[in-house]
Amino acid sequence: MGKWSNNKAWFLVLPVVTIVAFSAIIPLMTVINYSVQDIWGPGQSIFVGTEWFEEMLGNKRLHDALWRQFLFSGLVLLIEMPLGILIALAMPKRGWGVSACLVTIAIPLLIPWNTIGTIWIIFTRPDIGLFGAGINNLLGIAFDHTARPLDAWITLMLMEIWHWTPLVALLAYAGLRAIPEAFYQAARIDGASAWSTFWYIQLPKMRGVLTIAVLLRFMDSFLIYAEPFVLTGGGPGNSTTFLSIYLVKIALGQFDLGPGAAFSLIYFVIVLLFSFMFYQVLQRVGKGEKG
Amino acid sequence: MARIELSEIAHSYLPNPKEELDYALKRIHNTWEDGGAYALLGPSGCGKTTLLNVISGLLTPSSGRVFYNGKDVSGLPPEKRNIAQVFQFPVLYDTMTVFGNLAFPLQNRGLPSSKIAQRVHEVAEILDLTPFLKKRAAGLAADAKQKVSLGRGLVRRDVAAILFDEPLTVIDPQLKWDLRRKIKEIHEQLKLTFIYVTHDQVEALTFADKVVVMYEGEIIQIGTPQELFENPEHTFVGYFIGSPGMNFLECTLDGNVARVDGAGIKLDEETAALGRNARGKLEVGIRPMYLELSSGPVENGVPAQVRAIEDQGSYKIVALTLAGKTLRARLPEGKPVPDGKVWLGFPLQRIKLFADGRLIS
Amino acid sequence: MKVKKKTIGLLIYLGLLMIPLYWMLNMSLRSNADILASFALYPKDITFVNYLKIFTDSSWYMGYVNSIIYVTMNTIISLSVALPAAYAFSRYQFVGDKQLFFWLLTNRMAPAAIFALPFFQLYSEIGLLDTHIAVALAHCLFNVPLAVWILEGFMSGVPREIDETAFIDGYSFPRFFITIFIPLIRAGVGVTAFFCFMFSWVELLLSRTLTVTAAKPIGAIMTRTISATGLDYGLLAAAGMLTIVPGILVIWFVRNHMAKGFALGRV
Repeated sequence: MGKWSNNKAWFLVLPVVTIVAFSAIIPLMTVINYSVQDIWGPGQSIFVGTEWFEEMLGNKRLHDALWRQFLFSGLVLLIEMPLGILIALAMPKRGWGVSACLVTIAIPLLIPWNTIGTIWIIFTRPDIGLFGAGINNLLGIAFDHTARPLDAWITLMLMEIWHWTPLVALLAYAGLRAIPEAFYQAARIDGASAWSTFWYIQLPKMRGVLTIAVLLRFMDSFLIYAEPFVLTGGGPGNSTTFLSIYLVKIALGQFDLGPGAAFSLIYFVIVLLFSFMFYQVLQRVGKGEKG
Repeated sequence: MARIELSEIAHSYLPNPKEELDYALKRIHNTWEDGGAYALLGPSGCGKTTLLNVISGLLTPSSGRVFYNGKDVSGLPPEKRNIAQVFQFPVLYDTMTVFGNLAFPLQNRGLPSSKIAQRVHEVAEILDLTPFLKKRAAGLAADAKQKVSLGRGLVRRDVAAILFDEPLTVIDPQLKWDLRRKIKEIHEQLKLTFIYVTHDQVEALTFADKVVVMYEGEIIQIGTPQELFENPEHTFVGYFIGSPGMNFLECTLDGNVARVDGAGIKLDEETAALGRNARGKLEVGIRPMYLELSSGPVENGVPAQVRAIEDQGSYKIVALTLAGKTLRARLPEGKPVPDGKVWLGFPLQRIKLFADGRLIS
Repeated sequence: MKVKKKTIGLLIYLGLLMIPLYWMLNMSLRSNADILASFALYPKDITFVNYLKIFTDSSWYMGYVNSIIYVTMNTIISLSVALPAAYAFSRYQFVGDKQLFFWLLTNRMAPAAIFALPFFQLYSEIGLLDTHIAVALAHCLFNVPLAVWILEGFMSGVPREIDETAFIDGYSFPRFFITIFIPLIRAGVGVTAFFCFMFSWVELLLSRTLTVTAAKPIGAIMTRTISATGLDYGLLAAAGMLTIVPGILVIWFVRNHMAKGFALGRV
């Protein structure tokens, strides 16, 4: 049965539109305004057109941050997706183990992001952290995430994987549980190996949830701020300065309104492109599952 | 192809079953002949899917043994027993073509691809699937998908038996008949052991040579559709088979007459004698089509009141009250139905007597 | 009983998951001097001095209070505006409906960093800087689209016949919505409230940018401690443990719903 056609429905969405517009459009207007002005004092500015955009697009620091960001998001997907699926495959299907597992796995997801950073600072410091001390004393490696970029990246990746793999695992688990038992029975009857069962039955049937997982993780990792900021502050040097951290540094730290605004818009456009892809793919996957 | 024997099978889903009610299967002990077309018929919850899973090996029974051609397969999983199963909804490998689906079981056995191709084409021919071989299995209609499921079982030449678990459930009504006929045809062609589980008596009676009726975890009768209709061994069989089902009246025996709340139904000598020796609750059973209605008193007739008449086209169902109980009579089209009070005739040879639900014979 | 390989793997993973948390618990139960002096796998002299400081020092416990205040405000606001909007998306076709929905979704995807400065200026201009409502409203940017998305999904599961029957029976829209419709989507409201609450609780950037002292959330207080010299790890660890408590409580209470929700898919 189709939806009722009635433009009066706008009254129902008005509150949402008002609040989100207030939170989204007004700031965006500000940003657009700043991005085309050079402001050096209250009320003192001149129009500079696309100058800031050109500067930011050519900015080497921005490029570096962008590449770092893609590397980070790429690694995140590469590691978290298979790991999450493996965990989901290992989780129990019924019994008391189900809620025990779900609860344990969900805990990292509900920890404030700054606390996540705090946990891992404490954990990886060579003097007081179990991990840090362990690596230094047992393996003899001088591990210090505040000193060497590689160590910072390793700590960052460990923290990120620790934090977010449960989300992939939960989504994959939901997808697995939705598969009727009959498919597994048919696979056994057909003499399929465990790998065949995974490749021909489980993986295809998890298509929907895995797409959601990939897109959620990519988007969220692309926007990441708090955890790396607390852990390394973007350092050592610039080695863990991702896009959001760089943007905040420019905009709130240096108060470079013009460049910051231009950067914001570039950042937002990249995100919008991915959002659009997200929306399209989700629609198609949704239809595919019903077909 | 196999002859399947079930020996003293009992099964409970509970870890520590104590009483009869805890058992999904109470005592199953019977043989399924090689090449037979069997229907396993019963209401929801009677245990037929449980029994099917015991036969296929998807379920290990709490006690009892399963034999295929005399060999004890009780410990073997389904893939080792070489059975095939068609489920209530199409179970396919979505990402593969129809060819891929049919070839899959043979590939897992390590057959050479030329043999596989040959066999797949043979089976596709039998199932009228040849034009679809290159199509993705996920895009087919429900009945074609069920045929592919069936095909994955047929493709193995030495398949022991094909088990069907209510396979027409998701098929459109117009296509059900076609598919059922196709399954019957294939059975006639290949003479494999088919066991077809259903709760629909029409499906069972039209498909099977032998029907196995289950009720509350037990097999209460095995017979041809005719035998089940004429000689139900259990009140449940009488009630479940036929539309509408058999009428039952609780009675007490008084000489040669079965007394139902004051009214008397005359029995023949044999039946009455058997009834006198029987123990337990006595019931008289008669099928609606054998009840005779007259507007005036007849010899040995029992008075009853007409309550409602349903016209079903080629026949009519008349609901009557006798001694406070409802009976149904089935009259052919055109036969006039008296109004109000009528006299029911119970033809002697059509009356069945049951004690505690079981036919006295 | 055979223990499968995958069960062992799972247990190892769960163990690894808990180790960093255990470590922080360990730190939180030792005084800072003790921590810096010696490395120990478990607290030999358990002390609650860190927790005590947090509960007695208003500059610390107010952090939790502030966080709870704006998170609750945000959840209430988000739910209130999202419910009618989700209903509109679920039941009605109207000019620009698909585009509007997409626009809402894009806000959920927007990097908070973009809005940090503009929000700062906007809220200072209207004099709402350093208030709870400022953070609550700022978080609406992300929570409201999410709420609309989730609620619309649940609402679409309720047959339109129910609405029609109610209107025929003479119910006014508000009465129908509150007394009939919302109870039917109870689960959806619960899920939405859960996500709104948790997202607002864990967010740091905006809640830190928009607050100075009066509404400073615990997250900001903890990060402020980092830039000071002489880091008190014990205190930090205790503060961290306390921020995890609401999360654990919530999961504990919904654990059965979670398990049921995952199992439902099998039917």
